[in-house]
Amino acid sequence: MPTNWTATELRRRLDAREISAPEVAEAFLGRIEREDPTYGAYLTVDADGVRAQAVVAQARIDAGDAGPLTGVPVAVKDNISTDGLRTTCASRILENYIPPYDATVVTRLREAGALLLGKTNLDEFAMGSSTEHSAFQLSRNPWDTERSPGGSSGGSATAVAAELAPVSLGSDTGGSIRLPAALCGIVGFKPTYGRVSRYGLVAFASSLDQIGPFGRNVEDAAMLAEAISGHDRRDSTSLPQGPISSRELKSGSLRGLKAALPKELFADDAEPGVRAAMERTLDTLREAGVEFVNVSIPSIALGVTTYYIIAPAEASSNLGRFDGVRYGPREEGAGHVGTVASTRGQRFGHEVKTRIMMGTYALSAGYYDAYYLRAQQVRALMTAEFERVLNEVDVVIGPTSPVVAFKLGELTGDPMAMKLLDYCTIPANMGGFPAISIPAGQSDGLPVGLQAMGPVNGDERLLQIAYAMEQALPAGGRPPIA
Amino acid sequence: MPISYDEVQHVARLARLELSETELRVFQQELNALLGHFQDLDGLDMAHLAPRPHAVNLHNVWAEDEALMGLDRERALRNAPRSRAGLFVVPAILED
Repeated sequence: MPTNWTATELRRRLDAREISAPEVAEAFLGRIEREDPTYGAYLTVDADGVRAQAVVAQARIDAGDAGPLTGVPVAVKDNISTDGLRTTCASRILENYIPPYDATVVTRLREAGALLLGKTNLDEFAMGSSTEHSAFQLSRNPWDTERSPGGSSGGSATAVAAELAPVSLGSDTGGSIRLPAALCGIVGFKPTYGRVSRYGLVAFASSLDQIGPFGRNVEDAAMLAEAISGHDRRDSTSLPQGPISSRELKSGSLRGLKAALPKELFADDAEPGVRAAMERTLDTLREAGVEFVNVSIPSIALGVTTYYIIAPAEASSNLGRFDGVRYGPREEGAGHVGTVASTRGQRFGHEVKTRIMMGTYALSAGYYDAYYLRAQQVRALMTAEFERVLNEVDVVIGPTSPVVAFKLGELTGDPMAMKLLDYCTIPANMGGFPAISIPAGQSDGLPVGLQAMGPVNGDERLLQIAYAMEQALPAGGRPPIA
Repeated sequence: MPISYDEVQHVARLARLELSETELRVFQQELNALLGHFQDLDGLDMAHLAPRPHAVNLHNVWAEDEALMGLDRERALRNAPRSRAGLFVVPAILED
């Protein structure tokens, strides 16, 4: 059985009885066993679980009771809790942690009949943009295995691009879904903050974190988004809206669509190859009837700086729970404080410690007003500037990333360059806006992503626009994989 | 004003991170580099802007009271590094 079918295609063939759910499960388990040593997408593969779920899924199909994802394999980022299945956050402080409950998104995947293939690699606690901060392994970009897939959801993006899963889930705090989607040549969608429950997502920066889907096309991503979204009483920041409906996905048109081009996203510091690909993309969209409006959103330039106050501040507080008492290993030290400090000092990786230090400093007495409070004011400014533009247009577009996939190790010694990778993606997290990255041509054989952002709760419309754009743009192509 | 070594040490204590002297020196450098970028915000007039701590503006989320089962004890303790008699064993807080 081919493993390059989209989730939508798989669903159709399952319902037509051309293939069975157990065949689908075996096909993907076999491919992961053969190919994943090359790509390092998965930290844990749940072969027994998948086989059992496939039998149940097939029974549902046979009974005429198939849900939207019944028999469709899904890979899940390893910071999303799975009952009974190891969830590490790619950290040594959770290396043997087995959650006693499912995240709401996982519950919903199970109810929809999905097959949970396994858990994917990430930057430790989702802190990073290359997946190189994983405590366990590197993930490799399917377009060039010497290069990074981006991050932090690099394993989930790699899995989908290398056809080790048709779709997957990631989390996005400053671009961690959209950046790897762009660098791996696939679709990655960050819904409006609050449309997808964060219950069971190991918290990094709670006011920015959002779970979302990866797919090889917009339709698959939309299908997965619909399955996992909708109000959840277990997450008090969950919005009251229902699931993100994909009913009208294909009924949009680009004719007369108004798209804002913020000049700050088309700055000269993007790679020439990315700029050239963007120009070709804009030409194609213009021919398809899109009207462009040139705008300025000056606060975009402040995004990275502001993010590196807000996200670490929230992280320093959220990661306080890792103390070696209720879960995780314990490293004995002098007394209570010594034991906690020793456990954390030995078990957290460098990047995580940097952010905890940064956040603790920014929140400490005497500095709170100067850093955290001012960062929140910039957040207000940025949100207001985007809202003003989004009131006048249908969508804000630009490149997802200023660069294409970079060589592994190339940026690890340059923390600021690594952080600037999120320059284009951070604003959507600051304002809670939905944002999507879709393939938009290549530069020297490596994928370039187009990012589209819409207003809060405009998820359905944004997906509709992304779908129409995807139809107009040349296909993203297949990486050189087996 | 750059962050001193002593301040970094103090922050590490607040954050409950046991760090070597070498690590502390590295963090001193990294924190200063990061905070240097924060000068981008100097000169911005933001007095009129209310701080925005969150992405969406939800207020007072209420839910009906509903009795649900919590985690049972065995499951809650399954990941504990040390437990005894159905309880977490915590590091001693008081000296002998």
